[in-house]
Amino acid sequence: MHLDVWPLAFVLAGLVLYVVLGGADFGAGFWQLFAGRGAKADAIRDHAHDSMAPVWEANHVWLVFVLTVTWTAYPEALASIASTLAVPLFIAAIGIIFRGATYAMRGGATARREQLLVDSVFGVSSILTPFALGAAVGGIASLRVPTGNASGDLLTSWFNATGITIGILAVGVSAYLAAIYLTADAQRHGQAELVELFRRRALGAGVVTGAAAAASIVVLRFDAHRLFDRLLLGSPVAAVAVSAVAGLATLALVAGRRYELARYAAPVAVAAIVVGWGLAQRPLMLRDLTVSQAAASRSTLIAVIVAVVGGGVLLFPSLALLFRLVLGGRLAHGAVAEEAPERVERPSRTTLAFRAAVAFAIAGVGLLTVAEAPWAHGLGVAALFGFVVAGVVAVDPAGLARRS
Amino acid sequence: MQALSFAVHIPLVCFGIAFPAIVLYVEWLWLRTGDPVYRTLAERWTRVMVTLFAVGVITGTILSFEMGLLWPAFTGTFGGVFGLGFAIEGFSFFMEAIFIGIYAYGWRRLPRWWHFASGIPIVITGFTGSLMVIAVNGWMNHPTGFVMHNGRATHVDPLQALFVNPYFWHELVHMYVAGYLVTGFVVASVYAVARLRGKTDRYHATALAIPLTIAALAAPVQVLVGDWSARDVATMQPTKLAAFEGLARTTRAAPVHVLGWYQPDGRIVWGVKIPKLLSTLAFHDPNAVVRGLDAVPARDRPPVNGVRLAFQTMVGIGTLLALLGVVFVILRWRRGQLPEHPMFLGAVALAGPLSVVALIAGWVTTELGRQPWVVYGVMRTSAAVTGAGGIPVGYGALVVVYLGTYLGLAWTLRRLARAPLGGH
Ligand code: HDD
Ligand code: HEM
Ligand code: HEM
Repeated sequence: MHLDVWPLAFVLAGLVLYVVLGGADFGAGFWQLFAGRGAKADAIRDHAHDSMAPVWEANHVWLVFVLTVTWTAYPEALASIASTLAVPLFIAAIGIIFRGATYAMRGGATARREQLLVDSVFGVSSILTPFALGAAVGGIASLRVPTGNASGDLLTSWFNATGITIGILAVGVSAYLAAIYLTADAQRHGQAELVELFRRRALGAGVVTGAAAAASIVVLRFDAHRLFDRLLLGSPVAAVAVSAVAGLATLALVAGRRYELARYAAPVAVAAIVVGWGLAQRPLMLRDLTVSQAAASRSTLIAVIVAVVGGGVLLFPSLALLFRLVLGGRLAHGAVAEEAPERVERPSRTTLAFRAAVAFAIAGVGLLTVAEAPWAHGLGVAALFGFVVAGVVAVDPAGLARRS
Repeated sequence: MQALSFAVHIPLVCFGIAFPAIVLYVEWLWLRTGDPVYRTLAERWTRVMVTLFAVGVITGTILSFEMGLLWPAFTGTFGGVFGLGFAIEGFSFFMEAIFIGIYAYGWRRLPRWWHFASGIPIVITGFTGSLMVIAVNGWMNHPTGFVMHNGRATHVDPLQALFVNPYFWHELVHMYVAGYLVTGFVVASVYAVARLRGKTDRYHATALAIPLTIAALAAPVQVLVGDWSARDVATMQPTKLAAFEGLARTTRAAPVHVLGWYQPDGRIVWGVKIPKLLSTLAFHDPNAVVRGLDAVPARDRPPVNGVRLAFQTMVGIGTLLALLGVVFVILRWRRGQLPEHPMFLGAVALAGPLSVVALIAGWVTTELGRQPWVVYGVMRTSAAVTGAGGIPVGYGALVVVYLGTYLGLAWTLRRLARAPLGGH
């Protein structure tokens, strides 16, 4: 592969992960909104919230990843996309604000009525956001974004057959994925009633989403010729086939109550279609801009690739840890409570720390304020840091509080 | 609109920088002494931290959108130069989000030292995340690492642009200390009010003493670091310094004016003049020459009074906070006790909001002082802005949404504060 496609590969991979993980978050909101009323509905809403709570933030950052890598590696393309597609992106941004705010507020909502209100706002924005993002993708995929500062049409660039279709598809996929995950989680926790509730939802959403995907092919035929021709009449059709097979397979797995397997089959369907899109659109990024024209300079690309790979080395083990803890139920309600440590009295060492703090303060002022060389400034900052640490030990706030 | 979003984002960010370390300190006290008060406190603060983090995430995501939406020419031209910083920042936040999930939901569920260890990455990533943004801002103030050629940035070297940049270090340190200052004083002011209302039990006393101590020690440090920042500004952005001080003409042995108002004819009215102080502070030489606003044509000057007002606000508040810190330390040594006087507690209660004002004022100083440039000396703000219409509509919508977010946040925090102690 050429150097300038690597970051695009990362972006697409990030997009897949966002659809699969972040999408499930959106879907959870979808089910909260349509849970209805009564005890059963409350159980649905609580389950949807509790399953998502520990991973919500991590899932969400994939979007930030996609944006920042695109921005660094293909600055001109991102600038054109962001200005022409300002409207759907703005709607998505508002949706994200509301989702995050209500997510944070649910911790404080104790009365049912309050929770209901919070969950409803959460649910509405959980539909708005994927729809708007999907519509923006539709605008890019149907090549309605030209290069330049807001040089495309602000409305028709996304509010068109392809954009709307992909927006609806995004909502459907989210709901479907969420239903699968929530069924699997409920089964893991042995909540048979919830399993049935979400299984039915998963099957329903799967059928509807599958039908929407099939319908979207027709839409592309009339609204996005180039994409249609290359996606279905060229080699990328293999990816479409994989996606269709994987999609049907998840439906069969859910029907056959093999939820854990379904959890892993669903991402394949999403990944395949994104890969197919990438291949079909190649070599174009925008209507009049190829990937290699959009790419930043060589040294930037190398820096991005190194940063992503290096970041990945740290990131993936951490992510694996999080998901292992969550899926293993280690972060769930009522997991092992561990006992408190022994109570011990510790003498405080305030006098020594006091002297250290004074010494650090003098060194800091000398090196940072009086001296002029950059290295002295560095040492001075370190000394002032030492001053604060030693000072906290010397002041001994915990001891103060005990005595007061 | 960008400025509004920053003003919403930055105070939250301070909590992202400093709160994890403070919570970990409290947890460490618990591990060492086994005293349940510390665990209750640390668990409580963890929930506050998660709530603030969630809102920080949203406002930050909005910022990344806005960067593309509002400044397409800026991101388009220079994305390759500094975007790397944001990409690494993205990774930092990712790690932070992961470990915040583990830490927050791992209370009483993970083995206790493992739980403590899962908090350490949060402290580190909070630092690296802000480091990257500041690197970008440092670069905007002192652009290096590329060559402009026909309106395009060529010969881009992002590493040099971001990290070998002499403007970056003072901004980083100053902001980092500001994070501790704001977090410490805001948390302390909440508990100072509680104490004034008669909540003097051990739990509330601890919750007051710890953040107050940290902020009180950081405040004098901030003055020293701020002075260092000003010296760097003097050498690298002399026009900005001239705007801080309202120095119209290049002057030998330049004075400082405290307060006052800058007149279009270059005089400062109603100010207190301190001779030679500016030359001394900026160059360590009472007779040094300081460049004035007249060194550049009028169209390249920032709005002097705005910058000056912001700068004086920050310095004034910074000085007061440092004084408060010194008073606290002296009282602590004279009495060996947490100060009780209502005047003192009242001052602490005020210090929280004031430190936030200083924070915003500081950023206004930096950003407004850089005008009319987005990228100092290279790209003008007017050239960077989006061509899309409808900005005022979007602006109004954003104001409403942010207000709603803050109200919701306030409501949630009150709720969290009222939840029974020690319960879940
Ligand atoms: C709680 C916050 C706070 C406090 C008490 C102070 N500052 Fe500050 N200041 C900031 C928070 C801040 C900031 C918001 O963090 C800024 C904006 C950009 C930056 O690097 O830090 C800043 C910028 C900033 C700059 C501009 C740097 C630049 O343009 O790169 C100078 C010269 C100072 N400060 C100087 C001071 C002095 C002399 C202070 C004390 C008396 C002081 N600050 C207290
Ligand atoms: C152009 C400016 C900025 C952009 C685009 C931006 C972007 C972001 C994003 C996307 C997040 C959320 C990350 C997540 O999902 O976890 C975030 C949070 C954060 N930002 Fe910013 N940010 C900007 C300015 C700043 C500044 C100026 C600072 C520090 C001085 C900063 C420090 C942080 C920190 C520490 C967090 C963690 C959130 C928290 O703990 O509350 N950011 N930012
Ligand atoms: C990285 C890209 C950035 C761009 C393109 C940018 C651009 C600008 C511009 C053009 C203004 C002036 C707007 C006006 O006059 O209303 C401004 C103001 C401001 N910026 Fe930045 N800035 C950036 C980064 C930052 C960072 C990293 C911070 C701080 C954390 C920050 C904080 C502020 C604040 C507080 C203001 C308000 C100043 C005022 O009242 O005018 N900016 N910014």
